[in-house]
Amino acid sequence: MKNHASHRLLRAAASLFALALPGLAASAAPADAYANSVKIVSSLPRTGSANAQTTSMVNGIKMAIAERGGKIGDVEIVYEDWDDASPQRGNWDPAVEAANADKAIADEAVLAYIGTYNSGASKISMPKLNSAGIVMVSPGNTYPGLTKAGFGEANEPAVYRPSGKINYFRVVPTDDVQGSVAADYAKELGATKAYVLHDRELYGKGIADVFKKSAEGLGIQIVGFDGIDNKASNYKSLATKIKQSGADLVYFGGTTQTNAGQLAKDIVASGLKAKLLVPDGCFEEAFISAAGAKALEGRCFITFGGVEAKALTGKGKDFYENYKKTYGGEPEGYAVYGYESANVVLAAMERIHKAGGKLDRASVLAEVGKTKDFAGALGVWSFDENGDTTNRTMSVNTVKDGKFTTVKVVQ
Amino acid sequence: MTETEVFFQQVIIGLSNGMIIALVALGYTMVYGIVELINFAHGDVFTLGGFLALTIIGALGAAAIIDPSTLGDSSNWMLLVGLVLASGVFCGALNMSIDRVVYKPLRRASKLTQLVAAIGVSFILVNIAQFWGGLPMEVFNDGVSATAPKDFPDVLDWQTNLLGEDSAIALRVEDVAIFAITIPLMVGLTLFVKKTRLGRGMRATAQNPVAARLMGIDTDRVISATFAIGGFLAGAASVMYAVFNNSITYQQMGFRAGMDAFTAAVLGGIGSLPGAMLGGVLIGLIRAMSDQYIETRWTNVVVFGVLILILVFRPSGLLGLKQREKV
Repeated sequence: MKNHASHRLLRAAASLFALALPGLAASAAPADAYANSVKIVSSLPRTGSANAQTTSMVNGIKMAIAERGGKIGDVEIVYEDWDDASPQRGNWDPAVEAANADKAIADEAVLAYIGTYNSGASKISMPKLNSAGIVMVSPGNTYPGLTKAGFGEANEPAVYRPSGKINYFRVVPTDDVQGSVAADYAKELGATKAYVLHDRELYGKGIADVFKKSAEGLGIQIVGFDGIDNKASNYKSLATKIKQSGADLVYFGGTTQTNAGQLAKDIVASGLKAKLLVPDGCFEEAFISAAGAKALEGRCFITFGGVEAKALTGKGKDFYENYKKTYGGEPEGYAVYGYESANVVLAAMERIHKAGGKLDRASVLAEVGKTKDFAGALGVWSFDENGDTTNRTMSVNTVKDGKFTTVKVVQ
Repeated sequence: MTETEVFFQQVIIGLSNGMIIALVALGYTMVYGIVELINFAHGDVFTLGGFLALTIIGALGAAAIIDPSTLGDSSNWMLLVGLVLASGVFCGALNMSIDRVVYKPLRRASKLTQLVAAIGVSFILVNIAQFWGGLPMEVFNDGVSATAPKDFPDVLDWQTNLLGEDSAIALRVEDVAIFAITIPLMVGLTLFVKKTRLGRGMRATAQNPVAARLMGIDTDRVISATFAIGGFLAGAASVMYAVFNNSITYQQMGFRAGMDAFTAAVLGGIGSLPGAMLGGVLIGLIRAMSDQYIETRWTNVVVFGVLILILVFRPSGLLGLKQREKV
C-alpha cells in the first residue's frame, strides 16, 4: 500500500515541476471609482533581474506625469505600476501578462497601457487590448512582427489586431534595424565566421534571425545556429562546440534574464577568443553584474536602439539631468523610453483637452495615433502607418572600466 | 580541436557538472529514503549556501583575498575548503531547522500536505535569497540589482591548464577541485551510512520507521541527522557550483539544481545513495554529449527522454531496489 502511495507522490511531484507554477495576479479593481480622474497603467517585469531596468523606466513615466502636475486640465492622472513577471520565472510570465490585460480592460478608468518590456508579452496582451480599444504604447518591444508583416509568422501582425485597427505603438526602433546594424558592426570587427545563438523567445529568436540573414548578406559565414536552454547552470559544453567550429564571433539574441551573463562568462572561460555581440536586451547594469566586467571588456559589444542616457541631447539631456536630480542615480538605457511613452500619451490627452474633447479610450487611442513630428526626449519623430517610430538612431556600445560606453552611433 | 579532443573535453565538463548534481541529489534521495518526502526546498537551501559563500568572500575583502597574484596559491585552497565547510554547516543547520519547524509537525499528515509545505518553504527561501542579493555589499554590486545574477570571483586559478598550455583539452584546477572535494564526501557518506551506529539507524528507519522505533532507535534524531547531512552536502555543492560557474542567482540556480538533482535521484533509484551519485554523473554526461552531438535546444528533451526510457524498463530506477510491499 505504501508503495502505491509513494508512486502517486512521485507522479504528483513530477507534474508540479512540469507546471512550474504560474503566478496568480490580483483581481480587478471595481470600475468607475474615479469620476474625475483617469488611469495610465504600465505592465513591466518588476520581479527578476530586469527590475533595475524597469524601476528606471517607471521613474521615467512618473517624471512625465509629475512634470504636468499630475493633471490634464482638472482631470487627475492616476498611474499604476503593474508587474508582469512572477517570482517562479524570475522573468515576464504569460499568465500574469494576460491577467494584467484583463484587469486593464475591466477597469473603465484605464485609458492607456504602457508596456510591455518583452516582445513575447505583448503578443499576449495586444489582441486583448486591441479588442477593447485601449491604446498600448511599448517602451521596450523591438520584435518587428508585432507591427510589420514579413518578419515572423505569416499571420503577423494581423493576428494581434482582431478589431482590424491599430492600437499598438512603440517608441523604440525595431530589430530589423538593430539586427542589420549588428551585422554591419560584426563585419567592421573583421568577423568571418559567426556562431549565432538565441534564447528561443520571440524577441531573441527574432533578432537572431535578422542578424543571421544580414550577416550572410555581408559574406559572413554562419557556422552554427542554435537555441540555448536559458535556465542552464552553465554553457561550457556549448562553448567547447563553438570553439571547435572556429567561429571568431558569437551573436546571442537574448537578454540578461535569459542568461546572457553566464553565456559570456563561459565563452571566456573556455578560452574562446571570439568577440560577443548582443542586442539591447542586455543593455542594462544587471548584464555587467551578471557577466562580470572582465568577461566583457574589450570583447563584448551591445547594440541599442538609441543612445545611452548621458549622450542624449536637447529635451533628452534635460530628462537626463532631471532624472539624476530626482532619483539620485544614473538612469538605465530604457528609462528615457518609459518617459517618452508616457509623454506621447499625455501629450495626446492634452491635445484632446485643449480641443474640448472628452477623455475616453476611443479619443485617446485616436489621438495617440495622430502623433506627428513629436518633439520629445528622443528627438523629433512620428508614428508611421504601422505604429512604429520613425526614429532610427542606433548605437553600438561596449563595456569599459565596468561601465557602458558608446563606440558608434548609426543614424 | 580534433574529434577525440572534443569528446574528452565534453567528458570532463560532463563529469564536473554531474558531480555537483550528484551532491545535491544525495540530499534529495536521503530525505526521501527516510521520510518519503520530496523536499522541494532542497534546491533553494543549496542556493542560500552559495549566497553565504559569496557573503563570506565579501566580508573577508574579496579584492584582497582573491588577488590574481595569489591564484593557484595554497591559501586559496584553504579558503575553498573553509567555504565548503561554512556553507555546508550553514545549509545543514538550515535544513535541520526547516525539518523541525515545518516538516516535523506534519510528519503524520498526508504526503500531499507535506509536499505542499515543502513547496511553500521553497518560495520562502527563494525570497530570502532575493533579499540577500540586495544587501549593500560590494560583492552584490552594492545591492543595486538584487535579482541580477551575482558574479562569483575566481577562488582558484581557472586559467592554468593542468595538461599544459598547448594542450587542446583543458583540465582546469576547478575541475580537479570538484573531484577532490566531491569524491571524499561521497565515500565518507557511504562509509558513514554503512559503518556507524547512526548510519545503521538511518537504514533501519528507511526500511521501517515503526519497527525501528520499537527497536529503540530514536527516529526523530535519525531524521534530524539525515536533514543535516543532506543540507551539508547541498552547501558543499553550492560552493563547488559557484566556483565552477562563477555565478550565483537567487532563483534559477536552485530551481535548476533541484530539478536536475531530482531527476538524477529518480534516474538512479530514489532512496538509493549510489543511485543518486550515478544518476547525477549520468545527467551531467548526457547534457554535455547532447550539447555537442545533438543540439543545445534538444538537451532537456534528451535528458528527460532517457529518464522516461529508464523508468519504463526499470520503474524503480537504475540502482533502486524493488521495494518490499509495506502494509
